[in-house]
Amino acid sequence: MSTKEPFPLPTSNGSDTDLTAALAEAVRAAASERTPLEIRGAGTHAGMGGPVAGIPLAMTGHRGVVDYDPAELVLTARAGTPLSEVEALLAENGQMLAFEPPRLGSGGTLGGAVATGLSGPRRPFTGALRDYVLGARILDGRGQALRFGGTVFKNVAGFDAFRLMAGAHGTLGVLLDISLRVVPRPAVEAARVLDLPSGEALRKVADLMRRPLPLSGAFHDGRRLHLRLSGGPAGVEAAVARIGGEAADPWGWDAIRDLAHPVLAGGQGLWRISLPRTGPAGDFADLPWDQGGGVRWLAAETPSPGAWDQAAALGGHIERIRGTAGPAFQPLPPALLALHRRVKTALDPDGLFNPGRMYAEV
Amino acid sequence: MLDQFDPRLDADFAAVDPAVLRARLEPLLPAGGLLTRLEAIRPYESDGLPAYRALPAAVALPETVEQVAAVLKACRDLGVPVVARGAGTGLSGGALPFPGGVLLVLSKFSRILGIDPVAMTARVQPGVRNLAVSEAAAPHGLFYAPDPSSQLACSIGGNVAENAGGVHCLKYGPTVHNILSAQVVTLDGEILTLGGPASDAAGYDLMALFTGSEGLLGVVTEVLLRLQPLPETTRLILAAFDDVGRAAGAVAAIMAAGVVPAGLEMMDGPALRAAEDFAGAGYPRDAAAILLCEIDGQAEDVAEEIERVSGLLRGAGATEVRIARDEAERRRFWAGRKGAFPAMGRLAPDYYCIDGTIPRKSLPFVLAEMGRLSEVHGLGVANVFHAGDGNLHPLILYDANLEGDLEKAEALGGAILELCVSVGGSITGEHGVGREKINQMCVQFSEAEVNAFHALKAAFDPLGLLNPGKAIPTLARCAEYGGMHVHKGALPFAHLERF
Repeated sequence: MSTKEPFPLPTSNGSDTDLTAALAEAVRAAASERTPLEIRGAGTHAGMGGPVAGIPLAMTGHRGVVDYDPAELVLTARAGTPLSEVEALLAENGQMLAFEPPRLGSGGTLGGAVATGLSGPRRPFTGALRDYVLGARILDGRGQALRFGGTVFKNVAGFDAFRLMAGAHGTLGVLLDISLRVVPRPAVEAARVLDLPSGEALRKVADLMRRPLPLSGAFHDGRRLHLRLSGGPAGVEAAVARIGGEAADPWGWDAIRDLAHPVLAGGQGLWRISLPRTGPAGDFADLPWDQGGGVRWLAAETPSPGAWDQAAALGGHIERIRGTAGPAFQPLPPALLALHRRVKTALDPDGLFNPGRMYAEV
Repeated sequence: MLDQFDPRLDADFAAVDPAVLRARLEPLLPAGGLLTRLEAIRPYESDGLPAYRALPAAVALPETVEQVAAVLKACRDLGVPVVARGAGTGLSGGALPFPGGVLLVLSKFSRILGIDPVAMTARVQPGVRNLAVSEAAAPHGLFYAPDPSSQLACSIGGNVAENAGGVHCLKYGPTVHNILSAQVVTLDGEILTLGGPASDAAGYDLMALFTGSEGLLGVVTEVLLRLQPLPETTRLILAAFDDVGRAAGAVAAIMAAGVVPAGLEMMDGPALRAAEDFAGAGYPRDAAAILLCEIDGQAEDVAEEIERVSGLLRGAGATEVRIARDEAERRRFWAGRKGAFPAMGRLAPDYYCIDGTIPRKSLPFVLAEMGRLSEVHGLGVANVFHAGDGNLHPLILYDANLEGDLEKAEALGGAILELCVSVGGSITGEHGVGREKINQMCVQFSEAEVNAFHALKAAFDPLGLLNPGKAIPTLARCAEYGGMHVHKGALPFAHLERF
């Protein structure tokens, strides 16, 4: 196994397949050779990390919904299952993923969504992706299948290692299957657009968010404020009357979710700058924003040299979504980086999984 | 009894001369901040699980994060185990002292450092009481959602350590969904901030890993909490059933219909009658089970949902559906539920509260099976559930003054937890593993999984000095305990020597 040939795993033929045994064997082989692996989904989020020098481990063949009972509001699916299939199945049953994962291309997988940990526009209103992960089965660096968490809403037995997988970019284990809490689709949705400059829009949204209104999106494109409401018909109607503005098509929010809105699409690169929602935004104040101001979007090949320090000073951080100019992630303070390194070693002692994808040290 | 730590099955540390410990710690703490006399440390011998008792060598009461760091570092240097304690209301023995170790009490960290009504956050010290946060936030039209039944007394630091839930976490999530960042101190005395004031932080989500880690990874010294707007309207429905299975069916019907109640609680006949006698809540005494379903939100939506849920309840066979007429009646209905635990005093001298979680669809089977186990073990069980999220609180009734009754209660409790695991559930939904459920961890997790937990602990605490013998069992304990529990035909931890 000294070449960089992919492991001979079956690729997806669109049917449900459990490749746990073959994937475990591949990890054990890699461990015995001390050869790093590059865990690959559909590649739709490839811009979100550094290049990995490892043997590709294709996950798209390991697919299929393992368990879904709409009355339980819990779905378990293999990591290679296309997100679009999961969401279509939920929609047939009047349900959805509350964290609204962005689709950054066709074929994106559930495992990729969890590994990259991106939550969409609903994030400040309904919670983050990791809040909805109830459990996960992973392969550790020895090729052992481990199950953390479970399929029930409340479970505090053992450390929440499954939540740790969300946003770890595959560096802590190979995701095999994931159990998610799902939520009912709102009865109605409405979208409104208001002509408000950025600063005024931020204050307006902060004020609305302090009231019990059925808000589910607050995005500013640089010129206008886009609001979305989700809930019961009477409540949404009352909120629309209160908020004013012009009506817009709620489906327009798909483009905001998928970072395909004209102010986010195209260009050399796209950077996600997380900041405290209502705090000062420094040099980022004029950028388009989502999540009520909690996420600023920078469409550029690379942030300015001072941007990283400024984001940290403002209590936030930067990560790359599209592009190749590095680094892809906010540098960590030394003590925290050392802890990351120890956590990595706990689950992947030989450093097999996606080395360099997040930080050189993990 | 599990309050006896076994050096072979739990953790073994060389004894440290109490005089040496005292000489080392006293200068690090304010005057009176180190307790070592028996009468001073006695009140700390147990937490909210009073059946388990142990005495530490010393109780430390630091007032600043620097003092916490200094005490932890000194304990590391001396090789002395440390157990952190908040308000001591935990129900799983998580703050049970380690004999001869240090109990680090955070009660002096009792200040709300600030409420930011615009950002909707509260920065608090870990000793702040849960309910005090909502009280301080109320003038701004905000509240802190997690509401464990001990919320009057329990502290935020303990809530973080246990990932505490409560009635309203069905809609608002447990503690981990409601905190932005935590300042923590490791055993090395390193002060770290996990998470941050933005909605997510760079790197691994270590704050999520830390939440619910039961004091095994570090000590919380400050927390940034997320607050929510107070709902415009809150209404409560009480529904009575003449059959527990039909009540369980109604729970499934409500959840399947796409309703997200703020709380959905169930009590069986013995529990509701005891609660009625205790609190005069107005429950129908002849019912086999009642459901309490709370809906909150905008007035228009709540009115609609109340109509819908009432219809669903009737359709599921409710014999009576009552909507609390006003706020006073709503509070009275809740008073019965919240007083359910103390009300057990009317049924038996002692009760032992269990905390399993199951998929909701298994509720009828688990209830029937629990009835059978109750007969086999010869002890009564009253049932109180967070039904919406499948979190059971069977209350085992016993008499501690009867020889062997507590052991019988422990055995029945263990059997109920294993029943929860067998239907795909968990041994604990919100109370934590602590000391109490340490053996059942071996039923829920494999050897490789237990090893992974130990490896994660070692990443934070390589010497294993933080809260030893809790939450994660040693493999030796699982080998010994597993010998008695053959799961699905396979003997777990088979290759390990059995003592």
